[in-house]
Amino acid sequence: MNYLDTIFQLLGTAVVASPAILLAILGLSALFNWSLSESSISRLTQAAVLFSLLPAIGILVLMLATGIRYVPIELGNWVTIPEQDFHFHVKFVFDRLSIPFLMLSCVLCGVVGAFTRRYLHREEGYRRFFLYYAVFFCGMVLSSLAGTIEALFVGWELVGLSSALLVAYFHERVNPVRNGQRVWSIYRLSDAAFLIAAITMHHLSGEGDFGGLMSSGVWPEGTAAISSSQALLVGSLLLIAAAGKSALFPFSGWLPRAMEGPTPSSAIFYGALSVHLGAFLLLRLSPILDASLTLQLMVIALGGVSAACGAVMSRVQNDIKVSLAYASLTQVGIIVVEIGLGLRYLALIHIIGHACMRTMQLLRAPTLLRDYNELENKIGMRLPHPPWAGAKSLPASVQRWCYRFGFDRGFMDLALDKWIVRPFLQTFGWFDRMERRITDAISNEPSRESDSADLHPEDLKNVA
Amino acid sequence: MPELHFPWIEVSILVPLFGALWIHLLGNRETVLQHAIAICGVTLALTVGELVDFVSIGSFEAHDHWLFLDWLFQRDIFVVDELSAFQLPLAALIFLVTVMSTLRTKAPRFSLKLTLISETLVLATFSCRSSWTLIGLLIAGTIPPYLELRRRQRCTRIYVLHMAVFAMLLVVGFGWLNRVEAGSSQVLIAGALLTAAALLRSGIFPLHLWMTDLFEKATFGTAILFTTPLVGAYAVMRLVLPMAPSWALQSIAVLSLVTAVYGGAMALIQREARRMFCFLLLSQSSLVLVGLELVTPIGLTGALCLWLSVGLSLTGFGITLRCIEARISRVSLADFHGLCRQMPMLAGFFLLTGLASIGFPATVGFVGMELLIEGAVEVYPLVGTMVVIAAALSGITVLFAYFRIFTGHHNRTLVPMHARPAERVAVLIVTLLILGGGLVPQPGVASRYHAAEALTRQRQTNPMTAAHVADAEREIVPRGEVSVQ
Repeated sequence: MNYLDTIFQLLGTAVVASPAILLAILGLSALFNWSLSESSISRLTQAAVLFSLLPAIGILVLMLATGIRYVPIELGNWVTIPEQDFHFHVKFVFDRLSIPFLMLSCVLCGVVGAFTRRYLHREEGYRRFFLYYAVFFCGMVLSSLAGTIEALFVGWELVGLSSALLVAYFHERVNPVRNGQRVWSIYRLSDAAFLIAAITMHHLSGEGDFGGLMSSGVWPEGTAAISSSQALLVGSLLLIAAAGKSALFPFSGWLPRAMEGPTPSSAIFYGALSVHLGAFLLLRLSPILDASLTLQLMVIALGGVSAACGAVMSRVQNDIKVSLAYASLTQVGIIVVEIGLGLRYLALIHIIGHACMRTMQLLRAPTLLRDYNELENKIGMRLPHPPWAGAKSLPASVQRWCYRFGFDRGFMDLALDKWIVRPFLQTFGWFDRMERRITDAISNEPSRESDSADLHPEDLKNVA
Repeated sequence: MPELHFPWIEVSILVPLFGALWIHLLGNRETVLQHAIAICGVTLALTVGELVDFVSIGSFEAHDHWLFLDWLFQRDIFVVDELSAFQLPLAALIFLVTVMSTLRTKAPRFSLKLTLISETLVLATFSCRSSWTLIGLLIAGTIPPYLELRRRQRCTRIYVLHMAVFAMLLVVGFGWLNRVEAGSSQVLIAGALLTAAALLRSGIFPLHLWMTDLFEKATFGTAILFTTPLVGAYAVMRLVLPMAPSWALQSIAVLSLVTAVYGGAMALIQREARRMFCFLLLSQSSLVLVGLELVTPIGLTGALCLWLSVGLSLTGFGITLRCIEARISRVSLADFHGLCRQMPMLAGFFLLTGLASIGFPATVGFVGMELLIEGAVEVYPLVGTMVVIAAALSGITVLFAYFRIFTGHHNRTLVPMHARPAERVAVLIVTLLILGGGLVPQPGVASRYHAAEALTRQRQTNPMTAAHVADAEREIVPRGEVSVQ
């Protein structure tokens, strides 16, 4: 290992270690009930972001100076069974995709972290927010730099968990919690698709390393080392995973629900980073898309439908955060179309620009409403909202349908509930009733003591 | 056979037995719970000592240096080997943390004597290889929960019916196996009886009703202790795996897989915490069986890793629920309880153990789950897919339960809800193991792989299965040749 490699190794390790250390400190303090002050927590977060960002900038400068386009950081095998050719390789990659996405993550996490310090000042859940935020930051860094599909999956999972928990941040109220549960459910099912894709890929190539999949060149020039049919299989699974994570059609229903969380997390998750993670996944594995025309067409169609739905839905919402969320969906849909068309750099630039703008919009949203109210009070009337000119060219019935479609959020939640959730509950409810009948019959008496469980035993105010 | 440097096995079996006698002599004194904790702690220390000693020897199996019980048993009845070396401390730990998390007010309901006797039986079972003694221990292990049900004046019909069938199948199956020639086709019938017994004890669908019934009627602690050490999986490993042909194992794997998905789905629709836990455990323990029955080194390694993680994490998950139940009685999942503010430590622990049980990254279950899915995909891709679906359903359940119990409108109670020191220690021990095993998994995986290899070798040297193993190995699709079905 020469001098330059050593520097790369040190800087790369620092980038990954920094959020991990932050998570360890905040996690252990929560576990052992150490009371950290608000300022300590936010300073630690800022420091972690800074110690990730600065080494990343250092690596970028060195890469630009030396003309190196691909810097792998090998941390060895986390788990290995040599006899079976099984290894869980820990490898992080700095290339033209990961560095911009990493820097975007660091900058936005830093900005939103600083904003949150004031926004949640003296909130009861301040510590909890920053703990979940650390999980998210860790997940984003891992996802951005992952050199293997398994490492990407680990980051992906961390982002998903923090997302669901932050949606349910205001946990004294029922709605945020229900919505957090909904988000988590969609994530779990899409993560299942991701995991199957990862294992299948591991199985096909014998390793999870992206380099093993892209037989030649570094991003974006790689060529998939699998056949067209295999690419279609793996790519379809990854598309489901990306659709779940980025709220693409037909999983868009969770996106407005996710706005129940505090504004900073809404901004960073659903305006900026988490919502683009699906697109990032497709970008990272874009050589697989190139291997199958059918898959490319699927990606373009999915992106197009999602963008159209998002555009219609964002226009008729009566909640500013939800409206912005759907506007995000529109842009993510367009980004996915760009990826499907093979315009990778354009998609990457689009992600960065859109993430920054949407974060700003979402952070500004609460005060914007107040400014609007003041403005309307001063002029003594509502501010004019000219209707979209294109709508006039549509027949009235189509306009009405579009309004209903948008207002009911594309009927997606209704459809999922009707076609998936309800049949699931009915099927297993039937099994539950059958079990009860059998156990009652064998016992010759009511067999379930759980039926008599109080709804709120904690209200009884006496020892159980 | 190599010898340990101390009679760890027999002493660790005898300590809880004499402990039970000591507890009996103590009667209903205030300090009885502390004594029980001390006895369980000593037992855990002995099993850890046994593990360390065994690892330092570096052989596949070993037995005690001195023998107290050689007048009662053959010399090689109690043996520690790579398959059971980790299960013994795990079982001892499960008993220790369960006893530690018992509130003093609940000690009269939760029989410490029976618990210690159960611990003796479980440790003896895990120290015993295929023999009549193992059969006897497996049957004897079913008696303490029965005695508790009787003492609590609950209906024992479902439990007795299932366990009687289990005992009968074991006795008839093993008796038959000892009477027939090794190469005879009748071995299959004996094997089928033993398999049915092991599956019944594991709670495989549709033979799982005794498990839900036990969780309904026994104390939560007893139900946890009877199910989380996965004695049924041990019976499969000792009695079924060495002699069952591959086609039979794959049929069992399908049954286990159905149970895993069924358990995951049923857990999701339950409206009471105990039942939810029971189905979650059923789902995850079935995944262990799926791995065991894949009979590929990777799948077996995954199963053995998952066994440890499921035992550890679901015990943690269970004792958290039990701590809550001990304070507010049965926990309904039909509404939100808002307990997070009153018990933040238990809330965090509940989430951590729940996530560990579903193989979340950075927890002890992650690598086991990865290996299991990898092994499953290697044999049959659809099996891998179903494993992932089962895990996904369990994951949804875990967060659902967390939200229901710990979030929602906060109610002030007169009962102290915070974790007591003993509970905190139990929580921290399990947490450190979950995170430690998750962040540094290689030593555990390497040891489990050795055990899996040994199990595979056992099957290869057994004339009843060698041919099937060779066939199965030829059938496994080589890497890179998977095609879209």
